[in-house]
Amino acid sequence: MTALILAGSRSMMTAVPMNLSLVCVFLLACGALLAQHEYAATDIENGGRQYTNNCVYCHGPEGDQIPGINLLQGKFRRTLSDDDIARIIREGIPGTGMPAQNMNEGSARTIVAYLRSTAAVPASTVAGGNAARGKTIFEGKGNCTACHRAAGVGSRSGPDLSDAGALHRAVDLEQSLIDPSAVILPQNRMVRVVTKDGTTITGRLMNQDTFTLQLIDSQDRLRSFPLADLRQHSVLITSSMPSYQDRLSSTELADVVAYLVSLKGTSRKEAKP
Amino acid sequence: MKTHALVLLSLAGALSAQSPVTFDRILNADKEPQNWLSYSGSTRSQRHSLLTQITPDNAKNLELQWVFQSRSLEKYESTPLVVDGVMYTVQNPDDVVALDAATGRVFWTYSYPVSPDARPCCGRLSRGVAILGDTLYIGTIDAHVVAIDAKTGKAIWDMEAGKAASGYAITHAPQIVKDKVIVGMAGGEYGIRGYILALDAKTGKEVWRFYTIPGPGEPGHESWAGDSWKTGGASVWVTGSYDPDTNLTFWGIGNPGPDWNGDKRAGDNLYSDSVVALDADTGKLKWYYQFSPHDEFDYDSVQVPVLVDTVWQGRPRKLMMWANRNGLFYVLDRVNGQFLMGKPFVKVNWMNGFDERGRPMKLASAASSKEGTLILPGNQGGTNYYNPSYSPRTGLFYIPSWDNYSSLFVKQDQDFVEGRTFGGGGPRPTTSAPVAPGTSNFRAEDDIYGAIRAIDPKTGEKKWEFKMADVTDAGILTTASDVLFSGGREGYFFALDARDGKLLWKASVGGAVRSGPMTYTVNGRQYVAVDAGNSLFVWALRQ
Repeated sequence: MTALILAGSRSMMTAVPMNLSLVCVFLLACGALLAQHEYAATDIENGGRQYTNNCVYCHGPEGDQIPGINLLQGKFRRTLSDDDIARIIREGIPGTGMPAQNMNEGSARTIVAYLRSTAAVPASTVAGGNAARGKTIFEGKGNCTACHRAAGVGSRSGPDLSDAGALHRAVDLEQSLIDPSAVILPQNRMVRVVTKDGTTITGRLMNQDTFTLQLIDSQDRLRSFPLADLRQHSVLITSSMPSYQDRLSSTELADVVAYLVSLKGTSRKEAKP
Repeated sequence: MKTHALVLLSLAGALSAQSPVTFDRILNADKEPQNWLSYSGSTRSQRHSLLTQITPDNAKNLELQWVFQSRSLEKYESTPLVVDGVMYTVQNPDDVVALDAATGRVFWTYSYPVSPDARPCCGRLSRGVAILGDTLYIGTIDAHVVAIDAKTGKAIWDMEAGKAASGYAITHAPQIVKDKVIVGMAGGEYGIRGYILALDAKTGKEVWRFYTIPGPGEPGHESWAGDSWKTGGASVWVTGSYDPDTNLTFWGIGNPGPDWNGDKRAGDNLYSDSVVALDADTGKLKWYYQFSPHDEFDYDSVQVPVLVDTVWQGRPRKLMMWANRNGLFYVLDRVNGQFLMGKPFVKVNWMNGFDERGRPMKLASAASSKEGTLILPGNQGGTNYYNPSYSPRTGLFYIPSWDNYSSLFVKQDQDFVEGRTFGGGGPRPTTSAPVAPGTSNFRAEDDIYGAIRAIDPKTGEKKWEFKMADVTDAGILTTASDVLFSGGREGYFFALDARDGKLLWKASVGGAVRSGPMTYTVNGRQYVAVDAGNSLFVWALRQ
């Protein structure tokens, strides 16, 4: 079984310094987020990626880490237009923890698109799970470690979930468990290659170009193929991960989501005095 | 036949699973010459490969295979690792990249967020990573050690090992010994008190710490006047070596601080400018040898210790060979630190021989002064961090050298302020020194020059040299087919015959070579790699 889930990897998203964690601290006045535009699905997807890269470390995956606001549920300290939000992203708010972001208008607009889209989606329906029980299910009944790695345990053939809770909302994690193919981030796509001798290899796509392709296979091997040596190759846009809707009870699903939300990745440790 | 055997070995490695790099594999790196498992290629740090596909006869057919252009304008001083077809290298300052070693295509990139507190003196760079199991380790310029999953590029742990705001930094590739990751602190220009740390490879937890300046009550503390020990530097910024027979880890220690004014630090200033031999399990000092007591010329002894087992004056002996920044080549007994030989390999005017215990006899005139004192070698040394090589086949020791090189050493009064440079003066150049390709060289023939110098370690005599029109910061690689690879500041990478220094091949790479070359094979094909400028270049024989 190869599972796919949303986990975006900071390591895969290069050139995103941790000190950009201040980039998206929206110190905004309370008010409803007003939907003003229709946004394309690609803008929303790109905006989600921008949000994960630039905003999540201060605002959190749920958008609620700054007291008084919830970006992803449309709660601000005052009413803001799309133009207001895009401007704040680009220019920051002087004298506050929200610095100007080196971002063009188009990229800022995609974040606005993402925020508008998330505000229209209800929060997770499986709140209140038990993370410790979820860990037991993750490593046992759920067989998640057959494909996924978390906190140093499990296969690397699927996305590493060690920082899933730092990057993704509970509602998105829940969706990935119930409908794994609904949203697959590009960095989590699988690829199938067939070599000229007929061998089929499926793995997680690491990189590709006009002449070569790189993947990590089911045995955790990093492999690189000249395309000229392949009979065929195809990037898979659906997930081979089964839905857990009928495999786990709603309580168990809540527990697994709670465990994933608890996974915050590597934390920096202080020096010995 | 030997070549064929190695090719088969390489093929087997490429087809087998990418198995974890156990410490046993690192100890026995010679058994898998298709890989390069640690900074200097082996725990003995000879930077000598058993690969033989590239020979003096065919080196002229070397052809560029691929280039990795880093997204950093900082100079590249690193040596990559290669494990079963995957190359791991750094992108300055502290990113880590996994590449297909045959094509240079990227598997993943780990981006390290450097603290704004970082203040390395001499380049925002890393000289490489270490690997143990499936985990990579990097020391960062803000003095963290980070463990990274070698398969995915995900951080596993991140430990702050020193205070960056006070000038502590890590710029060398960590050393792996058993289940430990060993690193030392740079910061000798900031008045740090240096130390070497061993961390548990699994958790990052500190196992032992050795201060390179003894504290009150410890032997050697008396070699520092007053409180000067608290700000005495003695940094570490090049990877050490390890001897499994004695379980000793050897590290070169940097200059005392303030660098160029010793007035307030009377004494020998132990263990600055020394080699220390530490028990790898406990960090306890087994022995030391100080190359430059009470240094005022920035003669860091951070060179790579080269470990050689050979016959010395009629009997087999476990030796350590060392070409020092102070201009002298040394041979020590690495079991007990006994001084066996010291001899200049470039022009030297600060000392005149050794006493019976191996202590250099420093001239009274060899001291930094207000008006300036002319000293050879100059501030950058007769050599420096540039990787030397030893070939068991030729029996020669190869040194990247600067000769006819002097500086005017000027001292000034300076008070210590935490986190600010603490030099106490500085060197003044006595000759022009181009710093990169593209700048013009106007030197006369007898001015300062760079050379690859081959030394007979049994006598200290020069056997041959390859002279360059400019100086060199490049390391040296030798192979079991008697090919020597190196380069220089002019932006050439070249191959010499290790037996006589004859030029076999050269490539113009457009940037100074400031790193140590390495070699490996993928699917039986031998590659040679080196950093130059801010890019990594890889060659193989034309097919």
